[in-house]
Amino acid sequence: MAELRIRIPRQARKGEVIEIKTLILHPMETGRRRDVQGQLIPRHIIHTFTCTYNDTQVFRADWHPAVAANPYLTFYTVATESGRLRFEWIDDDGTVYTTEAEITVE
Amino acid sequence: MWQTRGDRQRSTIGLLGLTLMLLLGLGGGGGKRLTAAEPLRYIVEERRSGYTYLSEENQRLQDDEFGNPGLLWAEQGQELWRRVEGTAAQSCMRCHGDAAASMRGVRTRYPRFDPQWGKLINLEQQINRCRAERMQALPYPYESEALLALTTFVSLQSRGLPIDVRIDGPAQPYFEAGKAFFFQRRGQLDLACAHCHDHYAGQRLRGDVLSQGQINGFPLYRHTWQTQGSTHRMFEWCNTSVRAEPYPYGADEYVNLELYMAWRGRGLPVETPAVRR
Repeated sequence: MAELRIRIPRQARKGEVIEIKTLILHPMETGRRRDVQGQLIPRHIIHTFTCTYNDTQVFRADWHPAVAANPYLTFYTVATESGRLRFEWIDDDGTVYTTEAEITVE
Repeated sequence: MWQTRGDRQRSTIGLLGLTLMLLLGLGGGGGKRLTAAEPLRYIVEERRSGYTYLSEENQRLQDDEFGNPGLLWAEQGQELWRRVEGTAAQSCMRCHGDAAASMRGVRTRYPRFDPQWGKLINLEQQINRCRAERMQALPYPYESEALLALTTFVSLQSRGLPIDVRIDGPAQPYFEAGKAFFFQRRGQLDLACAHCHDHYAGQRLRGDVLSQGQINGFPLYRHTWQTQGSTHRMFEWCNTSVRAEPYPYGADEYVNLELYMAWRGRGLPVETPAVRR
């Protein structure tokens, strides 16, 4: 179970720059730390984040082991039309955490 | 980051004003009531919350209704509050109802003396006791995600209320033991809690500013840990830092210390989930 939060405005004017905030609970284990026995703790991170706006990709980020645990990301896009934003976080283990949000553009 | 003490004190006063504006500006956002109607009083007489030692960025993160990472645990805790578990087919909610009403103020009173157990008990132990006795469910391991989540959720319901523990009557010997612990030198560095947190609070220990070590924000999100942690994890961290052998989580010594520390920060508001370095 991934705990995640997003915040986008429910409504926006056409052409307005909107702020999008995302937060996901994830250890972002670097793969370089060792446990008390001296064994490497395997890498376990979210390596890709994408945001699609009515099936058009508007934001994408490749993440690396230096990204802190529980990544908090703020980014911006232009409100073009009413519709659906889809957010995806892709985990090293293949899991894809997704969530969606609706926006009304006038 | 690199500023003199005087600068820091001045900027702290400025920051309180800034915080006030943030609190007012954020009103009405989301379902989480992270910000109280009135701004929290981070300084009560000579007692100062760890909040006042934070950088502006971390203060803003703590006040952020969206970005405060501790809220992830609070949300998980809310789910656990409703979840039916154990052979008695009970959940927290079936006995206690709406947490916003029934759990309001609870965090301010712990640790407290428990007549049935005949000893001091903290909030984590109370939650596990409910699970064992009322729900017939397995207790959560100390410092597990589940116990942190539920403790955070319960504590959040007291946010803004002043810490008010009882140290008289049956609690008194435990209070005295906790106080003795606070002033006892320990570890290879031969330091007592009081050395850093009473005598040198506000001054620098290499790159860090020493706080008074107030515990009103626990469980809290600590950047050093990159996760939520309990008071006892902090005690363990402090003990290890002075190269002393730490006690296990939930040890009586730590619960006693927790009572003394709570009393030492009496009147400070519950800040859960706080953000600290």
